[in-house]
Amino acid sequence: MIETRNISKGFADKKVIKDISVIFERGKTNLIIGPSGSGKTVLMKCIVGLLDVDEGHILFDDRPFTEMSFNEKKVIRQEIGMMFQGGALFDSMNVEENVMFPLTLFTKKSLEEKRDRVNFCLKRVNLENVNKLYPAEISGGMKKRVAIARAIAMNPSYLFCDEPNSGLDPKTSILIDNLISEITQEYQMTTVINTHDMNSVIEIGDKIAFVYTGKLWWVGDKHQILDTDNAELNNFVYATELTRRLKK
Amino acid sequence: MKKVFSKPEKGPVFRQQLFTEMDNLGVDSLGIVAIISVFMGAVVAMQTGYNTTSAWIPEYTVGFTTRESIILEFSNTIICLILAGKVGSRIASEIGTMRVTEQIDALEVMGINSASFLILPKIVAAMLIFPVLVIISMFLGILGGWFAAAWMNVVTVSAYYDGITLDLIPFEIFYSIVKTIAFSLIITSVSGFYGFNAYGGALEVGRASTKAVVMSSILIILFNLVITQLML
Repeated sequence: MIETRNISKGFADKKVIKDISVIFERGKTNLIIGPSGSGKTVLMKCIVGLLDVDEGHILFDDRPFTEMSFNEKKVIRQEIGMMFQGGALFDSMNVEENVMFPLTLFTKKSLEEKRDRVNFCLKRVNLENVNKLYPAEISGGMKKRVAIARAIAMNPSYLFCDEPNSGLDPKTSILIDNLISEITQEYQMTTVINTHDMNSVIEIGDKIAFVYTGKLWWVGDKHQILDTDNAELNNFVYATELTRRLKK
Repeated sequence: MKKVFSKPEKGPVFRQQLFTEMDNLGVDSLGIVAIISVFMGAVVAMQTGYNTTSAWIPEYTVGFTTRESIILEFSNTIICLILAGKVGSRIASEIGTMRVTEQIDALEVMGINSASFLILPKIVAAMLIFPVLVIISMFLGILGGWFAAAWMNVVTVSAYYDGITLDLIPFEIFYSIVKTIAFSLIITSVSGFYGFNAYGGALEVGRASTKAVVMSSILIILFNLVITQLML
């Protein structure tokens, strides 16, 4: 479980996220949704510690992350797997080396054991025979799956995904969504996904936090979101002609 | 800088990175260093020969002047200025691209000190391999002067040989190596800094790369004066 308590973050004199308190639950896919520029990415970067919060506290299973030193945070960070929007795979390494990277740095496993783990993770994300390919040689969808494989290589307790299906076709998006959802339940991770894709919301939104203009406006699940009377959320959910027609 | 010079995450990984960087920064630069050194040595010998036509100046002066120019200035300062362009832009653009494609964020999220992980192996590798390049450059520069003497009749080969072996002071080589080590620290740390702090996109990476080369070159020239004043 991850809890944020009244966190705020600003740049120069502009506050990007304001007083956000939310709980992301274990074994569930927790979604942060909101329009572009609403502060979703800043919120996620604050939670994983890439940005320091100006105010408030972040707790990972009741461990006060914001109050920890760099070395104390290191312990929690090794329990975090993160998939970035563009994959953030290391260009100089092939797929196998990318997935193996955290294992090489943080474990004392033999090369054989690391290879087995890499192959297991790649198989888990439905990728095979790509070990020796470089990021430049694989498709966008494959990059995202390799990024998930790298994120789960260390058996993380917390999985973060920043816009996992941006730039993907609808079919591949659903594949990625389902994969994340399955992995979350299988390993009982606390998964937090940043998205503005309504398909993801309907498919895998066990818990949804709607962020708008830097504030938390609504918290619920994929069933409640369709019947909400929150005007800002409705504007976001029913922004497209297709969703408006579906509502009718 | 404090973050850069902190203890590496894992010894064997650091060693592997070190060898990779020595290959990328040093071995890959060998070709350009060799070509420039041979031709510059030949040109220095020819120009010295052109300017010392008086019968009062002994013929070995050409060899002596070529050796001194190459050891004291050319092989360390000029080669390091060239390396600032080649290696500095490579480091800044490599790290800058990692920054804008969130690869550095990925390292940070894993709990890795990204500044140390990315920049320290480059600094150590350059400080180890650049002096080797400079020693090779000295040898090839003097050899280039020899070619000029032999094929372009600047002076006789024996006079050139007499010049390059005359009163060789080992301290001059030490001085040259000290300068090279200082310049390699400047090139890698300045380029690493600009790359690491590049934010935005391709344009910013290009800018960081240019700034890294310009700033490294200025600092090399400045420290050349300071170290020379202190040591000679």
